[in-house]
Amino acid sequence: MKRKLLTFVMAMAMVLGLASCGGGGTTSTDGSQSTTGSASSTGTSTAQNTDFKVGAIYINKKSDTAGYTYAHHTGITTAMEALGLDTNTQLVIVDEVAEDDNAVGAAVDTLVGEGCNIIFGISFGYINAMDQKAQEYPDVIFSHATGYKSNETNFNNYFGRIYQARYLAGIAAGMKSLETGNNNIGYVTAYGTEYAETCSGINGFTLGVQSVNPDATVYVKELGAWADEVNESAFAKELIDSFGCGVIAQHCDSAQPQIAAADAGVFGCGYNSDMTADAPTAHLTAPIWNWNVYYQKAIETAMNCTPDQFVTEMGGGAYYGGLAEGFVDISPLTENCAPNTQAVIDAVRELIVSGEWDVFSGVKLSYDIAEDGTVTINKTDAPLVTSERDEVKDDVVVVPANTEIVPAGGASVEDGVITGTMNYFVDGVKVV
Amino acid sequence: MEMDKMGVVTTFLHNIVVYNIPLLYGTTGEIIVEKSGSLNLGVEGIMAVGAIFGYIVGCYANSLGVGILTSFVAGALCGLLFAMLTVSLQANQNITGLTLTTFGLGVYFFVGNGVKAVNWPAMADYANIKNGFADIALPGLSQIPLLGRGLFSHNILVYLGVVIALGMWWYLNRTQTGLRLRAVGENPAAADSVGINVKRYQYLHICLGCGIMGIGGYYMALNMSGSFNSSCWINGYGWIAVALVIFANWNPALAIVGTFVFGFFNTLRVSGSSLALAFPEGLGWLSSVPTQLYQALPFLITAVVLVISSIRKKKDGGQPASLGLNYFREER
Repeated sequence: MKRKLLTFVMAMAMVLGLASCGGGGTTSTDGSQSTTGSASSTGTSTAQNTDFKVGAIYINKKSDTAGYTYAHHTGITTAMEALGLDTNTQLVIVDEVAEDDNAVGAAVDTLVGEGCNIIFGISFGYINAMDQKAQEYPDVIFSHATGYKSNETNFNNYFGRIYQARYLAGIAAGMKSLETGNNNIGYVTAYGTEYAETCSGINGFTLGVQSVNPDATVYVKELGAWADEVNESAFAKELIDSFGCGVIAQHCDSAQPQIAAADAGVFGCGYNSDMTADAPTAHLTAPIWNWNVYYQKAIETAMNCTPDQFVTEMGGGAYYGGLAEGFVDISPLTENCAPNTQAVIDAVRELIVSGEWDVFSGVKLSYDIAEDGTVTINKTDAPLVTSERDEVKDDVVVVPANTEIVPAGGASVEDGVITGTMNYFVDGVKVV
Repeated sequence: MEMDKMGVVTTFLHNIVVYNIPLLYGTTGEIIVEKSGSLNLGVEGIMAVGAIFGYIVGCYANSLGVGILTSFVAGALCGLLFAMLTVSLQANQNITGLTLTTFGLGVYFFVGNGVKAVNWPAMADYANIKNGFADIALPGLSQIPLLGRGLFSHNILVYLGVVIALGMWWYLNRTQTGLRLRAVGENPAAADSVGINVKRYQYLHICLGCGIMGIGGYYMALNMSGSFNSSCWINGYGWIAVALVIFANWNPALAIVGTFVFGFFNTLRVSGSSLALAFPEGLGWLSSVPTQLYQALPFLITAVVLVISSIRKKKDGGQPASLGLNYFREER
């Protein structure tokens, strides 16, 4: 009996010892109590800075140190600090909320109960719940990332023209392929044509590559999951070893593809954040998001208007910022880049920011680089054509191979297509 | 694009080994644990704990050996917790194992995020770790065409995993303590009656098995170049290892075969399209297999294995008779 008691005490000591490591750490007010009452917040027309509360619904943990949720969390806190709001008391977060209408609805109820004036939902699948709750709580502003629904008053969506940044990264990759003489470029992606987000990213990148090196092929390998670190590494290695790729681009969270590129002595373009630290010998540049640009604009607008004016004040139900707003960008070019890359990218950036030209149009760019490094951009009218693969959905060919999407000289594909319905790859993409 | 046919096959074989060795560690460890009569479902969590502590301590010490030792000790401590709860306190083994998984993943993220907030060690900065984990070509064997580079040019932890598996086979089947351990797993009361200290055997072997799992976790940490993100390095390997134990019929030597067979299907997802392009006549159909099927394949195989092995329950089946049952001496 004595021994059993001793073992029990040991076990308890161990459990408690480990449990005590688990506390502390998080500081922000976690909306954990579920409130079922009606909206307690009253939308005062000009909320005082100290009264204003921001609510956020995250798909992953708010304590993440990398990835999608981390990027949004950093964006919100940066924006609030810039506006002089206290992120400890004026930010309420419900994290690890699944893409399930009931779960999202409960999270919204909690945040409204906590008195939030504006609620951000960061994941695509929150779309229907947020749409409904926006009607239920007209005194609260709802703002949904990556979606396409909105109303006239208190519900909008926001996303960025990341394809513009991808085009610039594609230029860096293309310049590198010219320098190394290797026309094979790899691209590890979470999904392909299933999502317009991934699809337009791959297309933007490929068009950027081909503006520099028309002979280059972008080999795309699809993970079928948003986060799968082991295969992100394996897929990149496969693209390098079996397809001879000399540059690895990516649309996935972790830096594994860049690390694989560094290990193999080839080059790469990361995504989401500057991945130079992860792969100093390989990384060229990464398309990045500056979510704080939107969050600052949205919170500032919300603080200075009534909830029913929000959509009007924001200039419409869909916010779609690009290079011009600084919402998307590329990380600083590294020394791994080929000579003159910066000059070409600067010239193209200027063209995009001025609104004179955009990626998915019937005008293709090419560049003349003078001896002294000055860059002249040549515009050629050329149609935007899909790849040699039939795009099939449910056994039906939805976009046949080599379809002309935009005629030579034609205007850019509409924003709604780029964010919502793009389901084809452009010429130069090869899915393997 | 012209594919290097031989190169594609070699890369395929290489990847099978590189990305599936954690299964061998997990399976070998779990076999040792189960041979003592304990069913431990916490493999996933234990591997995660071994991974995070092994990686961080190994880096700070800049020594692969310290990393391996730390991951072993961290895994063994998880085993000690499991043993205290199930052997001494008679807690339900299934529940304890599942709890250990949740607990282990929690520790993984807690420690990882904590260290990352301060200063995350990057593997590239620690030459001894980076070089220690580099591939070593076995003289002679690695020269074999096609198979050489695929199977006999790997890092030291791959070889260690195979050596441990073979060593454990020898230990279980050729030594006296191994025989006694099997007796404990088959019938602890009988073992007890001939003077075997059942509790000591269970404690020691649960810790030993869990320690081996911990090294498997460390392997994965190094294979992921120690890049810590929002998803766990272990990524479900622990669960597959539990199933592989049955596939291997509780035989560590067969676990090597099981790991390879399983890894074959696991790696098809990575190399399927390359094989299809390299051998369009024979394997061209691989590229038309949807990604989702590739993703499901390892788990389909697991289900098939479980069905087959439960049908052919023969007399010499390796499953310990008292697996999953707590032994309470006073109830004899």
